[in-house]
Amino acid sequence: MKNLNRNIAVVLFAIAAFAIVVSFSSCSDKEKTGPSLSGDEAEKVYVAPGKYDEFYYFISGGFSGQLSTYGIPSGRLFRVIPVFSVDPEKGYGYTEETKPMLNTSYGFIPWDDAHHTELSQTDGVPDGRWAFINGNNTPRIARIDLTTFRTVEIIEIPNSAGNHSSPFTTPNTDYVVAGTRFSVPVENRDVPIDSYKENFRGAISFIKVDKEKGSMNLAFQIITPPFDYDLSHSGKGPSDGWYFFSCYNSEEANTLLEVEASQKDKDFIMAVNWKKVEELVAGGKGTMMNTRYAHNVWNESKQLATSEIMTTVKTLKPDELEGCIFYIPCPKSPHGADVDPTGEYIVGGGKLATVIPVFSYTKMKAAIDGKQFDGDVEGIPVLKYDAVLAGEVKNPGLGPLHTEFDNNGFAYTSAFISSEIVKWNVAKQEVVDRIPVYYSVGHLSIPGGDSKKPWGKYLISLNKMTKDRYLPTGPELTQSAQLIDISGDKMKLLLDFPTIGEPHYAQGIPADLVSPNSVKIYKIEENENPYAIKSINDSRVEREGNVVHMYIAATRSHFTPDNVEGIKMGDTVYVHVTNLEQDWDIPHGFAIMGNQTSEMLIMPGETCTIKWLPYKTGIFPMYCTDFCSALHQEMQGYIRVSAKDSDVPVKYSLGTETK
Amino acid sequence: MKKSSRILILIIALSLIALYFVPLWNISLEAPQYPEGLGMQIWLSKITGDLNIINGLNHYIGMKTIEPDSIEELRLMPYIIGFIILFGMIVFIFNKRSLLLSWIILIVLIGTVGMYDFWTWEYDYGHNLDPTAAIKVPGMNYQPPLIGSKELLNFNASSMPATGGYILFAAGIIAILVLIYEFKFNRTGNAET
Repeated sequence: MKNLNRNIAVVLFAIAAFAIVVSFSSCSDKEKTGPSLSGDEAEKVYVAPGKYDEFYYFISGGFSGQLSTYGIPSGRLFRVIPVFSVDPEKGYGYTEETKPMLNTSYGFIPWDDAHHTELSQTDGVPDGRWAFINGNNTPRIARIDLTTFRTVEIIEIPNSAGNHSSPFTTPNTDYVVAGTRFSVPVENRDVPIDSYKENFRGAISFIKVDKEKGSMNLAFQIITPPFDYDLSHSGKGPSDGWYFFSCYNSEEANTLLEVEASQKDKDFIMAVNWKKVEELVAGGKGTMMNTRYAHNVWNESKQLATSEIMTTVKTLKPDELEGCIFYIPCPKSPHGADVDPTGEYIVGGGKLATVIPVFSYTKMKAAIDGKQFDGDVEGIPVLKYDAVLAGEVKNPGLGPLHTEFDNNGFAYTSAFISSEIVKWNVAKQEVVDRIPVYYSVGHLSIPGGDSKKPWGKYLISLNKMTKDRYLPTGPELTQSAQLIDISGDKMKLLLDFPTIGEPHYAQGIPADLVSPNSVKIYKIEENENPYAIKSINDSRVEREGNVVHMYIAATRSHFTPDNVEGIKMGDTVYVHVTNLEQDWDIPHGFAIMGNQTSEMLIMPGETCTIKWLPYKTGIFPMYCTDFCSALHQEMQGYIRVSAKDSDVPVKYSLGTETK
Repeated sequence: MKKSSRILILIIALSLIALYFVPLWNISLEAPQYPEGLGMQIWLSKITGDLNIINGLNHYIGMKTIEPDSIEELRLMPYIIGFIILFGMIVFIFNKRSLLLSWIILIVLIGTVGMYDFWTWEYDYGHNLDPTAAIKVPGMNYQPPLIGSKELLNFNASSMPATGGYILFAAGIIAILVLIYEFKFNRTGNAET
């Protein structure tokens, strides 16, 4: 009997232990996926083979310097658009045509830290024409043409250092802006670092965008107190004509910013009446200052880039802009400065704050008119916090960063520290829902979520950490974003998907606003590249002293010519390959053994040029790298490199025809 | 001829003017790699569509390049159709059944010769292949059908009349019906004017 009791006790203990193990393991599963999985998620993100996604999503590549194109809701990666970083796969930054795109006042810079995607807008709504993106490190703004998905323009921003508060647009893409993250001496010069308050200033640049062509032109800079400008948004609707820039480090610290720039209870959102500034500039205000910055433009018909160094910029000081600039106190070290779809509310994302302040544009105007000031900073009036405040969102999560909006009057704020997204009612400033994200969300994005007309439906959480979400890949893990369904009252996690670089920020747009305009081929008769050949019969090899130009035609499945002799050591060889195909999705690639530049991918109707400095004598194969046809593997040839003093004549051939 | 017959003849003749503005024939190709299809439209005096792409693909099987400039028929066809139109107007004006008969014989003759010529053209391109071609399939020829579809390696080739072809067929059939009516049911011949 005693034994039996003991046996029963052992069995009960075993069952209890098993139950604990089971409940633990199910508990950890639950924690990993979040509480909201309900079973129909797969259906909501499944896009059947051959079917199209509902939205294009343009996700910044962060420190990769590139811009990636995803389909949402599937989370499938379509294309990585090279922007600020070289891409030897495509030849971007290596071909003679694309090298000027990466020129700066510091010379050729092969990389940048891309942060914020911004789609061009018409009447406050994304129009699918261009995407802008900022280079944070060597201050630049790039424009990507959404008919070709190629970078067509890059403008450097002088007097700026850390182009973070950028490239946010006005409702009609009149301007994109560039507020500096690092204040630096304007113009930059050799001064003691601890002379920060005296010598350093924050430049806010306004880049005018041509309405038809999209081309950018640095119109003017406002030179403000030496704060760190973080993010920005333009007003819309009633607040159209204003820009709002968040800034931290109003302490004006130049060392140990993590502590020194976190002392004040409030920093600022700077409100700039850009329409008024524009009028003053048109009226002759401002001084031209000598500077140097690169302006690089891709010529679509010539299929090549040119880089021009510009030498002057118009600057304005706050005392020239009376009534144009005001500081709104904002707790604490704000990141986001986000304007709701109605244009009435301006939301500050104080990343060390315990509340989300919501400012009212109407109250701001009244405070300005009633001169409700709380002192000034270098002549810029500081508005009274309470006079501008519409309300505070209590308990918004820890580390609120960035807010976007849906089409039903709700705002969604990312909270980095508590790793969650908080949904709240804009007019009532009340939290209505929250959802954990994995892990530590930075920006978030809703299609049209910063515009007048959010399409809503989905929210993308752009996370800073990935940890255990995927199979591990050593210390360096994939970067990741998460798709959240916001169509109902409760947010629902649908999908995790890996991203390139750091998915810093993203913008989405319904696919039908972009896809019908997508270019399929470049028309060969419109190819004005100076080294283009329009027919196989024009292919040739020409020597001009030590420079050799090879004009090669690529068609399925051979190069013309495919045997070249007469190249000598010491020559500089330019290989101009024209893809004569006029057929959709038939690119050719081109590579030479031992070439220290790169390969290149040549789209139908395009001409690309790669430079080759022969490294030693011998026979060097060249071949097509992009699988073009059943006889792609046969698309190959030879180049003979002879000694410098040899007398091998230039000779080139295809098949039995020699020239 | 009856007045209605004459008017029909005029309409037929005038409707042929449309042939100068729409394609006669359409050859379309579909393949796994070309879900959107490739097309070639034959007009009175030109060939349009994805000719360059089709020529590019055809070189693998050694087919001759299709060069519209060297196709004599494209030069002649506008004149032939012009003559038929003119003749139709003469039939209308002079109102003679014998003229109608000759006109229709001419149309049928030209139509038949035209189709035969098209067939030999297709035969020539489909059979006379470059012996050094990369892709050689023993016993295979690449002649598209005159009308209908046929599998040619990875391509499904369809050959069908286009708008102009249908106009031409309709014109021929209506003209023959008018002829039958005039000779069978309207014995009074030229009585009604």
